[in-house]
Amino acid sequence: MFRPITSQVGKRLGLAAQMKSSAVTGRWASTLAFIESHKPGEIATSSLSTLEAAKRLGNPVTALVVGHKLAGIAQALQSVDCSQLQRIVVADSADYEHYLPERIAPLCVQLLKDPEYSHFVVAASAVGKNILPRVGALLDVQPVSDIVAVKDQETFTRPIYAGNVLVTVQDPQATKLLSIRASAFPAVGPGSNSASVESAPEVAAAAIDVAWQSNKLLSSDRPELGSAKRVVSGGRGLKNKETFDELLEPLATKLGAAIGATRAAVDAGFCDNSLQIGQTGKVVAPELYVAIGVSGAIQHLAGMKDAKTIVAINKDPEAPIFQVADYGLVGDLNAIVPELTQKLAK
Amino acid sequence: MSKPLRILVPIKRVIDPQLRPRINAAGTAVQKTGVQFSVNPFDDIAVEEAVRIREAKKVPVESIHAVSIGPAKAQEALLTAMAKGADSSTLVDAQDSELEPLAVAKILRELVVQQKIDLVIMGKQATDSDNNNTGQMLAGLLNWPQATNAARVELDATGTRATVTREVEGGEEVVSAALPLVVTTDLRLNTPRYVTLPNKMKAKKKPMAKLNLAAFPGVDSAARLNLLRFEEPPARAPGTVVASVDELLAKLREAKAV
Repeated sequence: MFRPITSQVGKRLGLAAQMKSSAVTGRWASTLAFIESHKPGEIATSSLSTLEAAKRLGNPVTALVVGHKLAGIAQALQSVDCSQLQRIVVADSADYEHYLPERIAPLCVQLLKDPEYSHFVVAASAVGKNILPRVGALLDVQPVSDIVAVKDQETFTRPIYAGNVLVTVQDPQATKLLSIRASAFPAVGPGSNSASVESAPEVAAAAIDVAWQSNKLLSSDRPELGSAKRVVSGGRGLKNKETFDELLEPLATKLGAAIGATRAAVDAGFCDNSLQIGQTGKVVAPELYVAIGVSGAIQHLAGMKDAKTIVAINKDPEAPIFQVADYGLVGDLNAIVPELTQKLAK
Repeated sequence: MSKPLRILVPIKRVIDPQLRPRINAAGTAVQKTGVQFSVNPFDDIAVEEAVRIREAKKVPVESIHAVSIGPAKAQEALLTAMAKGADSSTLVDAQDSELEPLAVAKILRELVVQQKIDLVIMGKQATDSDNNNTGQMLAGLLNWPQATNAARVELDATGTRATVTREVEGGEEVVSAALPLVVTTDLRLNTPRYVTLPNKMKAKKKPMAKLNLAAFPGVDSAARLNLLRFEEPPARAPGTVVASVDELLAKLREAKAV
């Protein structure tokens, strides 16, 4: 039976109407957090940030883990520091493999029709961004996308115009659909909680003819770009793929950093698309961001200007990147980067 | 023989993405007067893709229709789309109201049904509101499949099925979906063409229907969200330019960044 304790109490006392209004005041409210798992038994880092955002909403949290072959995931979720986490709902089905929104949205909709849930949070990941608006349309709710701060239960901050403007959004809708920018919320740490585990209800799949065929993912030993503590990124100034690899890889290895790139570098074929940082690529906020041969276009800055420390190495002293860099070094990157790599060794 | 495709391309007029937007003194909106506007770059890619599908002649295309929901000036964006190859267009004049993605998706759904559209190609996000919502919402409202962040779109010979390569975290994935379908474009799907002067002149003769929100009585376009305050993000403390790698390392060690 899929029904939280609080709403059972509401039902028993015949307080259905009060429960509905209290979803707004938050008395009975709870948060449903969408959890992604891309490796067996492992919670996606962006979903650990989703749990942190869910904590900040202040309500009891139910984690909805969706995917296929999810053995071990409930234990992984019980081993995170989130005392608000009360229930873990596992939706394990071949239908949910590869996160097709046409298959997953009906499940989310069915769960969210329970007025118990005042909030639904997903990471603003490729999966989250694909699913949440579809769920919104089916529920007739306008989502609030890519939030970077929770002010209170119905007030959020989100960046617009490539991060050049922050807007404070108040959402009076009974169910609030939120995607969270993972780089703005720290991942919940290891710990323990006493969440119970149950299976998700079976939901008839929508009759939509769509199928996942294949994927091609970049295999890398480096930290994942979205959650890396340090990022070394390259732009057009690296001139070609050989220089990109030769200069960036040793430095990134030395720093234990992920490698990122500007759109110009990606379009020129220096590296894979998935390394693009910016308004339309990844948004990162590492401790250290080293921009090499990066001019600092407005769309790139949107993806990295919340880094704690920014270092820019560029031959053009007028490059806009120097306006956001904490430390700038003007000169030939072909000389500077190897020297930096070498001296870091000592 | 397959049925010729009817393609819809929604277009948004946005503040030029190269410009830094300014917030009004009261902090209640972004200033729109005296500012350069352009077509949302992802929508430009969507127009290009629709035209390329026609030009590839693999499947017959009956029509490419562009639509924009926004101020009267959005007709410039529609003229550009028609100069690039759209056959006709619809301007839904919303005057000064900034419709949310849900309302836009509801209006688009009505147009899709009225015009018997088989394929909607639209940008993955608008560079002003950065929502990345409308395509997914439209697909949900229509109960159609969605292929978002498309880097490659291939139609089969019958024009009834598409194979779409999507950009995802860590790489790409390929999905296959039956038409009717909503595709949203990523940056690398194609490089949009420039408008030539003769095509610009021809575009002025192509049909543009002008409607307003009253033409969609079933759509509640009132805002669901209240935008309370607009502000600039906190400025970073000014940085320093160092003279050498040694000085850089010394500063980074001092700041405990390495």
